[in-house]
Amino acid sequence: MDNPYLPYPVRIDEIITETEDKNLKTFKYVFVNPEDEEKFSYKAGQFAELSVTGKGEIPIGIASSPTEKGFVMYTVNKVGLVSTFLHNMKVGDIMGMRGPLGNWYPWEILEGKNVVIIGGGFAFTTLRSSIIYMLDPANRSKFKDIHVVYGARTPGMLLYRNELMEWEKRDDINMHITVDGTDDPDWKYNIGFVPTITEQKAPPADVDTYAIVCGPPIMIKFTQPVLDKLGYAHDHIIMSLEMRMKCGIGICGRCNIGKELVCKDGPVFSLAQLNDMPKEY
Amino acid sequence: MKAIKIGKEAWAEGLEKLRDSYRLFGPVKDNDFYDFKELKSGEVPDLNYKNSRLSPKAIVFPQSEIMFEYTLDEKDDDHHLMKEVDKDYSPRAVVGIRPCDALAFLLVKRNFDNPEYRDPYWVQAYETTTFIGLACTTPANTCFCTTAGSGPFHEEGLDILLVDLEDHYLAKIITSKGEDLLRVSGWDLIADFDSSIQTIEEMKKEAEAKVVSSVKTDKLKDKTTIELFDAPFWEEISFSCINCGTCTYLCPTCWCFDIQDEVKGSSGVRMRNWDSCMYPLFTYHGSGHNPRDNKMKRLRQRFMHKLKYYVDKYGDGIQCVGCGRCIRMCPVNIDIRRVCNMMNSYEADTGQAN
Repeated sequence: MDNPYLPYPVRIDEIITETEDKNLKTFKYVFVNPEDEEKFSYKAGQFAELSVTGKGEIPIGIASSPTEKGFVMYTVNKVGLVSTFLHNMKVGDIMGMRGPLGNWYPWEILEGKNVVIIGGGFAFTTLRSSIIYMLDPANRSKFKDIHVVYGARTPGMLLYRNELMEWEKRDDINMHITVDGTDDPDWKYNIGFVPTITEQKAPPADVDTYAIVCGPPIMIKFTQPVLDKLGYAHDHIIMSLEMRMKCGIGICGRCNIGKELVCKDGPVFSLAQLNDMPKEY
Repeated sequence: MKAIKIGKEAWAEGLEKLRDSYRLFGPVKDNDFYDFKELKSGEVPDLNYKNSRLSPKAIVFPQSEIMFEYTLDEKDDDHHLMKEVDKDYSPRAVVGIRPCDALAFLLVKRNFDNPEYRDPYWVQAYETTTFIGLACTTPANTCFCTTAGSGPFHEEGLDILLVDLEDHYLAKIITSKGEDLLRVSGWDLIADFDSSIQTIEEMKKEAEAKVVSSVKTDKLKDKTTIELFDAPFWEEISFSCINCGTCTYLCPTCWCFDIQDEVKGSSGVRMRNWDSCMYPLFTYHGSGHNPRDNKMKRLRQRFMHKLKYYVDKYGDGIQCVGCGRCIRMCPVNIDIRRVCNMMNSYEADTGQAN
């Protein structure tokens, strides 16, 4: 019988320190058994359990895109036992990866639509995956306008800075990068909180326009009224939730909101769905 | 369908024969309480019991279970790789399980054996187990099985139903698994089927009449999750709760677990342990945020899961078989029957519940 708890063995191939506070590192993994890569076939928005042998597992959103082959990438915030240990691991170290898990952003629905990505802080990982996926030459024509509002506290806290700057130069994606504040005189992008910039830059609501929102609770709390003001219907607002998880496959029972299990029925829900669920997240 | 008569003198002998093919489990008295244990050679289950203190769920779902083992020694070629461990999934038989507890396995099966994922540990243990039920003739005053989808003679989840007729047991064979077990036992005194069934039906009616406490569940599915979640009675119900978790550990239908790595020297295991929604760590995020940060929210989760979320998810009743253990053992007398009836009768318009 297949064991859904058994991780694929992976090797750390590259580690990138993303932010100036050094609390966020990106890990690129390669599969020890190359045939596992095909089994780990994922969509943008899904997550996996990173398994650090001897410490435990952590559920982390997949930051690489399905269109990027040969590796799988995650950006991990240093918070607890497993993530702290992971931050001290080295290139070449062996660990495990279990997944892909959960649902994904509704690509079936998003095709042919305008997509507005709104992200804050380090919750930009599966949004990066989504942007890379949509910008892939094979996929770009499937989507109409793409807008990205992404903010962090300071320029040094933005994830994937090199890519953000490259996207800024393109004409097939509308970037609205922002920081809460900066003393950098050369900063040529926005200054202001994500909800404010969203209000100024996001396209008006439309049946063909969907917003994907990912960020800390405070950002979501203040972004939702802005989207309401802009007229976004609640089934056109897509969100990805975080929850403490263990099994990742809907069995161990801890990540429920009402009858939905965030690990299996989520982590992606529309605001319309969330409105019918208890506010317990 | 057939029924077998097992004379009490042939009982122990047949159980010994079963040992050649089955690991036997049954209720054994341990100080003041009964609990299900693996029966040693020569040991017979003590069937003079109402029900065990802990449910028999651990026979299929142990409180602690090793999932994988590994070495951290880099001199070993397989270092840091999870290895499956050998497990004993040879046939086992649970002798004398109460019908409510057997049905509980079917309720829990929906979680561990679903269309998307099969939990290999639970499924293999469950599938290799034969359940020999013991009909209840003297239910406890905390039993409410008859309104919780079960009953003192309920057969769902059982392979054989035993009825104690003083000098002998009448064994009704329910499944082919049960038939296989009887073949091994050597118990072969075939009872007249029609009269056996008649006896069982009469005793069943009598036993059901003795189950005097009940729950009402008919309106649970029509209430919205939000209205029950926001009901005012959770504060009152949880006032005395100390979040000890006794209810979840005793419960035959509670299945939540934690996964932990344990390391000694350079070797380690990944294991799972029963966990409980009564504990703050259950939902505590790495960031420090906790969506269930007080005891009221944790108590509400337990009852909402059993009596609303499960009802809505599977559309086949509550996640409770009415065994009454949580009522008997709760140190502060929280009673699921009262909570269930409050939820069932709650009117959001008036904020009233009976």
